[in-house]
Amino acid sequence: MNALTRMLGLGSVLLALSMSSVAQTRPAEIKLGMSTFMTGSASVLGAPAKVAADMWIEEFNAAGGVDGVKLKPTWIDEGQGAEKFLSEYRRLAQEPGEKMMLSAISSGYCNALAPVAEDLKVINILWECSTEKVLEERRYKYVFRTGPNGTMEMVAAVLHLLRTKPDFKTLAVVNQDYAWGRDSWEIFRNTLLALKPDVKIVAELFPKFGAPDFSTEVTRLQALRPDVVLSTAWGGDLDTFLRQASQRGLLKNSQFVLPLADSSLERLGDAVPPGVIVGFVGDGYFADPDFKADPETSAFVQKFKQRTGAYPNFAVYHMIQALKAATGAYKKALAQNKGKWPTTDELASTLRTLEYRGLSRPIRMREDGQALQGQLYGVTRKDPSQSFPVVGALSFYPAQIVAAPVGQKSAEWVKTLKPELLKSAEIQRVGN
Amino acid sequence: MDFNLFLLAGVDGLSYASLLFLISLGLTLICGVFGVINVAHGSLYAFGGYSAATLLTWMAPHSPSTWIMVASLFVSAAVVGGLLGVFLERGLLRHFRDRDPVLQLLVTFAAFMVLEDLQRMIWGATPVNAADLAGRMGTSDLVGVTFMNYQLMFVPGVALTAYAALQFLLRHSIAGRQIVAVIHNREVATALGINAARVGTLTFALGGALGALGGALSIPMTTFVPGLGAEMIVTSFAVIATAGLGQITGALLAAVLIGLARAMAVYTLPELEVVMPYLIMVLVLLFRPHGFFSATAARRI
Repeated sequence: MNALTRMLGLGSVLLALSMSSVAQTRPAEIKLGMSTFMTGSASVLGAPAKVAADMWIEEFNAAGGVDGVKLKPTWIDEGQGAEKFLSEYRRLAQEPGEKMMLSAISSGYCNALAPVAEDLKVINILWECSTEKVLEERRYKYVFRTGPNGTMEMVAAVLHLLRTKPDFKTLAVVNQDYAWGRDSWEIFRNTLLALKPDVKIVAELFPKFGAPDFSTEVTRLQALRPDVVLSTAWGGDLDTFLRQASQRGLLKNSQFVLPLADSSLERLGDAVPPGVIVGFVGDGYFADPDFKADPETSAFVQKFKQRTGAYPNFAVYHMIQALKAATGAYKKALAQNKGKWPTTDELASTLRTLEYRGLSRPIRMREDGQALQGQLYGVTRKDPSQSFPVVGALSFYPAQIVAAPVGQKSAEWVKTLKPELLKSAEIQRVGN
Repeated sequence: MDFNLFLLAGVDGLSYASLLFLISLGLTLICGVFGVINVAHGSLYAFGGYSAATLLTWMAPHSPSTWIMVASLFVSAAVVGGLLGVFLERGLLRHFRDRDPVLQLLVTFAAFMVLEDLQRMIWGATPVNAADLAGRMGTSDLVGVTFMNYQLMFVPGVALTAYAALQFLLRHSIAGRQIVAVIHNREVATALGINAARVGTLTFALGGALGALGGALSIPMTTFVPGLGAEMIVTSFAVIATAGLGQITGALLAAVLIGLARAMAVYTLPELEVVMPYLIMVLVLLFRPHGFFSATAARRI
């Protein structure tokens, strides 16, 4: 009995020793557990982001990786349902060796996996999902978001609408019937009513996610004739809605506000007339005049266009941001440690104060794990060099004026916004 | 305003119903002959849409006339849907002919998943659309609201024609009457000298072509993305369950009812839009457990 206890004790000491030495010696590779939608309608965003990630990692590894340590991505398909996704996520997050998770697109999955990553003490970067709630409702040590959240996107959308078209009386919304469609509308509405209380909301339509037909919605909007139509839809839903609305002349009568339309413009061509307000879910835009001459950005855009036949959408920019934040944190922690490999805790605290850049303007990580990334909004116009509308009259809304401060809930914070915000000197014009 | 509201909702509902009817038609026909719900019908819809889009995009630079484009929709649907239908029946379902209906259902579900992946391999994840054709047919104004002629007249026209043609075929042609006989009682039909296997293949080809036609007719209006097939098939299940399995006139009635209810919901209670088809289905099934029309009690599902 005594011998058994001694052996167990010895064993656990040895195990503890071996684990701490694993954390400190240089690993053979950094395993990246990455998730994206490879199937289902959200693969419109997920598939290009995966191509971009594989492309970027290949180049990064060829250039030497993190001080000689290469990245090794393993992919999980988010399209296979929540249960299977979470069990695969757990499996990857518990694999031995140096690892980091970059997951997920779906806000539902992000809410579910954040506590799991925290329990397992694995760093997880929420690379795409926009839900502000996940980081506002609980403070995490190992969970970060390297892109913008829904609050920043929606507050900037309201600001751009009010600066572009200050005099309107009625607004209607057509959002997808799922978490993002509902949450984004709540923030948009509360922000709008705080900044312009006299607006009348004439219709709130939430067609089914993946709806094949919006003609009833279009008919109803034509009968109501709202001054402004908002839609935070994306992918195939947005394409269908805009095509049907445009064919039936709805875009001539109402000002459209489409915060996620950057990812659809190239496919829609003439269906989007000049004058539509478009957002970029961040500030990544292939035709951004500030980055035309930037060698890294233009090389990436060109290579991506060659590989896929399309310009990068916002999910691609978010993916690159996440990868650059992850690798940037390793490099910075290594430098701080004077070449000694960092532990997960050291890496997490480095990431918490990291300043990094994706393919657009610099981003700063905040103490609650939410990145401060500014928002780009503009208005469509025709351009003879492209077969689809480009976005001009661009404005950049820095994150500090559109993000709820640390510790505050977005839903309450947006109600305290004052109309003076519209005249903020921090809002910058981009290009001419 | 109230009358206008009914009018507008009616027009919207009918145009949605016609598309729904076309898709349900093929499904209900196959269901009648085989007694099995063909889940792979959703893939036939998707393949019809995607291949029509490919054809239209390929033709676009040659600036064809509108009628050639319309004809190409029908031809591509007949070829793609028909061939896939025959392939499904000959290559797959025939071998499970006398097995448990649940197993047959699972086989069609497996075929659906294989076809869904195949479709992703061919057309990728990027949304696909061919809006040009709908734009060419112009628009009409109705009480101050603009409608697409394509949606207002063309699609409902095709749906009604398909209904009439199918009724005629089933009542007056030999092949059609054989199908009716097999739907009614397979054993007796075989005993009377009808080649039930051939009728099965024929039905699958016809049903497949109808499903693909539904897809081909939607491509000028909607956007095809991976996973759309599953969406459509679920609503058509509601239609054929409401109608009574294998019932063509019932499917027409159920599609119109569901289309109108859905449109009215968008106008009055938008929150209910999504559940409307199922509410109608539950209401009808409560009072008529076999749907609007039910022919024989000897159904397998």
